[in-house]
Amino acid sequence: MTRLFSQFKTILTLSWRNLWRNHRRTGIMLGAISVGVWAMIFMTALMRGMVDDMLNQGISNLPGHIQIQHPEFLDDPSVVNSIDEPRGDLLAALENNGVRVWANRIKVPAVIMSERESRGINLIGIEPVSEADISGVPARISKGRFLESNQDKGLVIGAKLAERLETRLGKRVVITSQDPDNNLAERGFRVIGIYRAELAAQEESNVYAARGTLQDLLKIEGRVSQIVLVDDDYRNVESLYRRVAAATPAGLEVKPWYEIDTYLAVMFNMMDGFVLIWVIIIFLALSFGLVNTLVMAIFERVREIGLIQALGMRPGLIVYQILLESLMLLLIGLIVGNMLALVTIKPLEDGLDVSVVAEGMAMMGAGSVIYPSLTLYDVVLANVVVILLGILTSILPAWRASRLDPVRALNTH
Amino acid sequence: MSSIRCRQLCKTFKQGDEIITGLDHVDIDIEEGEFVCLSGPSGSGKTTLLNAIGGLDTPDSGEIHMGDIRIDRLERGPLADMRLHHIGFVFQSYNLIPVLSARENVEFVMQVQGVPAAQRSRKSLEILREVGLEGMENRRPAQLSGGQQQRVAVARAIVTHPDLVLADEPTANLDSVAASHLMDLFVELNQHHRITFVIATHDKRVMSYARRLIKMQDGKIISDEPQ
Repeated sequence: MTRLFSQFKTILTLSWRNLWRNHRRTGIMLGAISVGVWAMIFMTALMRGMVDDMLNQGISNLPGHIQIQHPEFLDDPSVVNSIDEPRGDLLAALENNGVRVWANRIKVPAVIMSERESRGINLIGIEPVSEADISGVPARISKGRFLESNQDKGLVIGAKLAERLETRLGKRVVITSQDPDNNLAERGFRVIGIYRAELAAQEESNVYAARGTLQDLLKIEGRVSQIVLVDDDYRNVESLYRRVAAATPAGLEVKPWYEIDTYLAVMFNMMDGFVLIWVIIIFLALSFGLVNTLVMAIFERVREIGLIQALGMRPGLIVYQILLESLMLLLIGLIVGNMLALVTIKPLEDGLDVSVVAEGMAMMGAGSVIYPSLTLYDVVLANVVVILLGILTSILPAWRASRLDPVRALNTH
Repeated sequence: MSSIRCRQLCKTFKQGDEIITGLDHVDIDIEEGEFVCLSGPSGSGKTTLLNAIGGLDTPDSGEIHMGDIRIDRLERGPLADMRLHHIGFVFQSYNLIPVLSARENVEFVMQVQGVPAAQRSRKSLEILREVGLEGMENRRPAQLSGGQQQRVAVARAIVTHPDLVLADEPTANLDSVAASHLMDLFVELNQHHRITFVIATHDKRVMSYARRLIKMQDGKIISDEPQ
């Protein structure tokens, strides 16, 4: 044990001092590692922030983390495929199962008409109290107000739709849809609020009215299109999904967000893989510098390596010494890189405005402000990849150094 | 570890298209506690023989025994252990580790051996004082003269009292006073600690200290006589 400790101390001293023999080279390599690690973490945080935003946008557009609805509703979202408002076991499960927010919603296709234009829309009947947590629309009202009660007679439309209809706040519009008996259901609404959304398509198609008002219009008293649940984190809805599914009566369908929108699910699942690929690509660029540094460092020290072999240092210990040198370089680079990432991401927590490319972002389903998302997982991943691959790429030069012929090495000038 | 026995040692080197004979069927026996000088012109095979005995180089054929161990058949690891625990090397061109101080260079072998720090420190200071480097313990090799560096190398070779010290032209870069001090030290260690010395040299002054002088030429031993 004493011997092992003593040997470790020897190679630790040699590694540390050898590292600083060529300040400039070590400095350049440290700079490269630090910038590489910074790029890994910073860009990952930006990407994750963007994907998070796309997912949140997508989920708020569904909306909700879990939906309960008629099995035919997703294919045919007509008023015929409505369901009873929750009661019995399902209501108890929704009330007592730690669900953060749940709400009944009506969602039917309809036509909106102004004096000048008409458009096909999604007519959404909501419960104003819970809507802030479900679609976030109340917070994005740009003119007027949001709905205030289940019997509110007003209508909230998107800014883009208002522009298309050539209407404005306070004007009347007519909504036409169908009741379950296929009779026309039609009435006039006053535009009481105009909202803005990150996605223009959402602004153009989603029109909000109070649930009770729409139930009266569509003659579906006590019935709704969907029951929508929102939990704390869209990433962890599995257990809530199982509990709610168990309490849902037969004949209803319970679906988590990732089954409702498989595109979002694919994006979510690809993100981790994408981060790993990104981190590895940056590392590969770094590894050339790292291997070159080590090879140069070994090349300059061939004679010394021959000497320590002659003095009785085992080949294995020489490998460890060079790996330790590489590890020290990597660790210092990681510390600096992590700190750089932290100090550059922190000031961007309030969002990075990318409105110059807003259209492109909107096409991808993301907003024009990116909120970098720094996760422990991504930081650990970047650090582990750099350490593991760094050590792996250092093994060959270290091994070759340990196999040097001592006589030849000693005679190298 | 005791005597060294070499049988029919052959070693050739390739230099371009030319084959150079380093050792040509060399037989030699060196007993424990001997003080031997190898002499001969450049290229006669002195250094090649030292390297072979020290396990730094492998002969093309023949056998090298150190006590009961046949070292020419040892793997790299056990060979390194044998050098670490039984052999001290003094090279012609100092060969110190530049990033370590004089004292750390001397302690290096002990540190790899696992000698406790206090003992290492005491021994290294003692030996550095003995070779006349008191007060220079913390200097790096670049801050020492050639002669001082050679004395550090000698201190490193003998500090662990190895069974065998192999020295290749140890006085080549020393002035006559320093060379004489060094040889006196070798003789003292040889007599008091029964350390076997095998020294390759051109230097007549060094040869005068030897109790056995082996002359080599073209890889062969041409004479082997007690002094």
